[in-house]
Amino acid sequence: MMRKAAILAAMLVTALAVPALAGEIAPQDRKSGYTGMSAENRAMQDDDTINPATLWVLDGEALWSAKAGAANQSCAGCHGDAAVSMKGVSARYPAFDDASRAPVDIEQRINLCRTRHQNATPLPPESRDLVALSAFIGRQSRGLPIATPDDPRLKPFLARGKALYTQRQGQINLSCAQCHDDNWGRNLAGNIVPQGHPNGYPLYRLEWQSVGTLQRRLRNCLTGIRAEPYAYNAPDYVALELYLRQRAAGMLVETPAVRP
Amino acid sequence: MPTACSTRSPARRSAEPIAAAALAVLTAAAAMPARADGLVAYRIVDAAIPASLTGQPGDATRGRAIVANRQIGLCVLCHSGPFPELRFHSDLAPDLTGIGNRMSEGELRLRVVDASHANPQTIMPSYYRVDGLTRVTPALRGKPLLDAGQIEDVVAYLKTLKE
Ligand code: HEC
Ligand code: HEC
Repeated sequence: MMRKAAILAAMLVTALAVPALAGEIAPQDRKSGYTGMSAENRAMQDDDTINPATLWVLDGEALWSAKAGAANQSCAGCHGDAAVSMKGVSARYPAFDDASRAPVDIEQRINLCRTRHQNATPLPPESRDLVALSAFIGRQSRGLPIATPDDPRLKPFLARGKALYTQRQGQINLSCAQCHDDNWGRNLAGNIVPQGHPNGYPLYRLEWQSVGTLQRRLRNCLTGIRAEPYAYNAPDYVALELYLRQRAAGMLVETPAVRP
Repeated sequence: MPTACSTRSPARRSAEPIAAAALAVLTAAAAMPARADGLVAYRIVDAAIPASLTGQPGDATRGRAIVANRQIGLCVLCHSGPFPELRFHSDLAPDLTGIGNRMSEGELRLRVVDASHANPQTIMPSYYRVDGLTRVTPALRGKPLLDAGQIEDVVAYLKTLKE
């Protein structure tokens, strides 16, 4: 009897020590990476006057009204006041692009406007101007819920993103889900493993000393598990972004956030 | 679920004992023969790998340096243990303190060589394996996380972790 009780108690302790494993995070349990940050980093994100990303947002604002390309056209020339026309736009990207018949993320959309409407060359991935424009446009959605479009044409891309998210990869042989669904909140060499939500991007990362896009962040996680990162703008990145966005549906946009 | 953890082909698994048997005719002190993937063959007996991969005992001091290094052993990314010099804490995995009491040398060797043997879902990487992996960085393809000598050093160190 005693023995049985002891075994049962031991089993209970083990069951309690091991958190709920292998599963998607329920909507009410979703937590922004913001919640795991130090008070100083949270303060830096909360106050635009000390958030380093503000410099990028201001650059983006200037670029918004600067004429560019052979069409000599500015973003504002077509879209007017960004506070009105860009409100909520980043919150619903990646979105399906009819011409390319595939989802495009917000940085790709900016470049499509450049090539299709401004007759300008696309801005290189992670270039200061592209990140600045994206941060400025993203800023217009701050505080709004992520709302991925309910577009049936996105379905196969979402499925691809989910498959990539749960696929073990790299020499270390881990999937995104094993860290961000199964082990969030735990300490990985002193870093709290976040749930891996995309709601703050583009954001200022202290480790980068600059503002970067979600693709840059995904690149960091891939190299961390010693996997070959995709080329910037690869369809697989966009599929992953799409899945992460849908996984974070309803969470509030924090762009431009701050992360360690 | 067709994740990469369901990797080793049954053919390979059954080929291992044969390779290991072939070994017996070789001199005991020599390193075990290489398999097709360039790794040393090993034999699993009762959830353990009883024999050293190099035929030699490892060096516990070198093993400690590997385990405590977050770029080489990576162990401390997930495990904590008796590493007062590390200023961070990890709790994705059990604390390694006292592991030398809890597991035999052969069990420790199998755990490090192929943690998925005990738990196919484990997040602990298999340190001595190059097959069944996806999108490994090109420069690291075909290379295990640790070589046979490093595995033996790590095992020698883990054995010393007694309470
Ligand atoms: C070994 C664990 C691990 C794996 C595997 C991993 N990540 Fe991460 N991820 C982290 C950690 C830790 C951070 C927090 C930043 C840091 O400390 O590097 C992070 C940050 C992130 C963030 C930023 C969250 C925020 O609040 O800004 C996203 C998005 C993300 N990961 C997505 C992914 C995706 C997608 C994959 C798979 C391609 C992946 N991660 C694989 C550990 C991991
Ligand atoms: C990415 C995470 C991760 C890394 C890196 C890692 N482990 Fe583990 N390890 C685990 C987990 C989780 C367990 C618990 C059992 C399981 O899930 O298989 C474990 C279990 C063990 C055990 C058995 C512990 C017990 O109390 O039963 C030993 C010994 C061990 N690991 C040693 C090591 C060594 C040595 C290294 C580095 C060479 C290492 N681990 C690297 C995650 C990891």
